[in-house]
Amino acid sequence: MELLRTDRISKSYESRLIIRDISIHLDEGELVSLLGVSGSGKTTLLNVLSGLTVPDSGSVFLCGKEITGQPGQVSYMLQKDLLLEHKRVIDNVALPLVIRGMKKKEARAEAERYFGQFDLAGTQMLYPSQMSGGMRQRAALLRTYLGSRKLILLDEPFSALDMITREQLHSWYLNIMGKIGFSTILITHDVDEAIMLSDRIYVLTGKPGEIHHELRIDIPRGERQDFNLQPEFAAFKRQIRDILQQPGI
Amino acid sequence: MKRRSESIRAKLLPAGAFCLIVLLWWGISAIGIVPGYMLPSPADVMTAFIHDFPNLMTHALVSVTEALYGLVIGTVLAFALACAMDRFLVLEEAVLPILVVTQTIPTIAIAPLLVLWMGFGMEPKITLVVITAFFPIAVGLLDGFKGADPDAVALLRSMGATRRQIFYHVKIPAAMPYFFSGLRISASYAVVSAVISEWLGGFEGLGVYMTRVRKAYAFDKMFAVILLIVIVSLLLMKIVNLLRAVSLPWLKFRHETAGKRQ
Ligand SMILES: Nc1ncnc2c1ncn2[C@@H]1O[C@H](COP(=O)(O)OP(=O)(O)OP(=O)(O)O)[C@@H](O)[C@H]1O
Ligand SMILES: [Mg+2]
Repeated sequence: MELLRTDRISKSYESRLIIRDISIHLDEGELVSLLGVSGSGKTTLLNVLSGLTVPDSGSVFLCGKEITGQPGQVSYMLQKDLLLEHKRVIDNVALPLVIRGMKKKEARAEAERYFGQFDLAGTQMLYPSQMSGGMRQRAALLRTYLGSRKLILLDEPFSALDMITREQLHSWYLNIMGKIGFSTILITHDVDEAIMLSDRIYVLTGKPGEIHHELRIDIPRGERQDFNLQPEFAAFKRQIRDILQQPGI
Repeated sequence: MKRRSESIRAKLLPAGAFCLIVLLWWGISAIGIVPGYMLPSPADVMTAFIHDFPNLMTHALVSVTEALYGLVIGTVLAFALACAMDRFLVLEEAVLPILVVTQTIPTIAIAPLLVLWMGFGMEPKITLVVITAFFPIAVGLLDGFKGADPDAVALLRSMGATRRQIFYHVKIPAAMPYFFSGLRISASYAVVSAVISEWLGGFEGLGVYMTRVRKAYAFDKMFAVILLIVIVSLLLMKIVNLLRAVSLPWLKFRHETAGKRQ
């Protein structure tokens, strides 16, 4: 079933067009990546999807209902982990529930249930500055998940981590998405990451940024252990590199 | 280890300098360059301090009460104004320049007016403390509100937070360290402000006591009062530091990790 659809979104800043006519869609349970180089307008697009930014033209639909420019409908993890330093991990994670009007105690109890699954057991009462980068990222992911259990938007969530931690988080993320069952739109400039995680990849290129290509990675997400060491992976990678290196883009 | 020895050094150095100054003072008064009644020796001051202690305490209690009332009222007012200025930009544009200008008016110039308007009770003293305490706190808070991470604000907005929720969860916590810096400055001035306004009339307080001993040319007692004002002011600042540590526990960990990374 279709969860999210955008219809020809364009956005400019100071009369400079940043993204043009972006139409994408996402089915329930899918992980779709938006792949593009730095400055191609990925964050701008996600800001529109999250309702933080109103597009110049075009609309966003969630389950068929228009949500253009309405924040609070889907959950968004911004480019930094943005854990609030003054709140303990449990309160950071429970924040979206509190914002929606849940009592602090109930919100804590609800958040608490997921700490094990997100590999965060025992960190509840720590402050963010006491945690490692990988832990912070998982805490931010849990907070994002609790913000909307259907669809989460991730803006380069793994790019600040070292390679080993990143690969660990990749397989962990595939695993937990399958187990809990939610959908993800992931922004990345890392080709390997996009291939490793996605069901489909939109390649965003040009100035202004446009979707130039859509690519399906037809390996079930459950069977992606060591996928990056296989010949199919290399084939996908070559295909994307050729798209990105086309003249005139 | 290095940090520890550095912090010992940071304490030892001023302590040494302090001892040196006291010794110098002692020497000058012992040799008699300055007549003893004008510059009493440190020992004379200590004797006066101990001898007069109960008396000093009664007066100190009054001044400290005024200072505390002034600090509390000043904080409440500063908080209200800073919140209003953050909410309504017009208000900030209109009021902040005036506030800055008022800071160039010397406290000592307003004090007599306050006494004329309000009489010899506690009110003019408290008012003067409020006036001096208000500004550093209000400006600190305002800077703090402005310093809130815009991305954190965006995050809360993406969650569908209201303006009030953003204020409570992001802006106020961001402003707390600034608030305490402002409060520390205000606390360091509070007792002095109370004393200054007591000079101009009143029945009790360190300032009143000071004018009395001044009329008697009791220099040793005057020095004892000054010593007490310094001690009380330092104590107040210490209390603010404690309050800060208790109410902002996360800062402790931030410093810990910052230390580790070095
Ligand atoms: N609020 C804004 N005001 C003006 N220009 C903006 C604003 N936000 C983004 N831009 C411009 O839009 C362009 C695209 O920015 P955007 O952040 O969307 O890129 P990105 O693909 O997310 O890049 P990166 O991978 O570096 O995060 C940039 O040139 C940027 O300067
Ligand atoms: Mg970006």
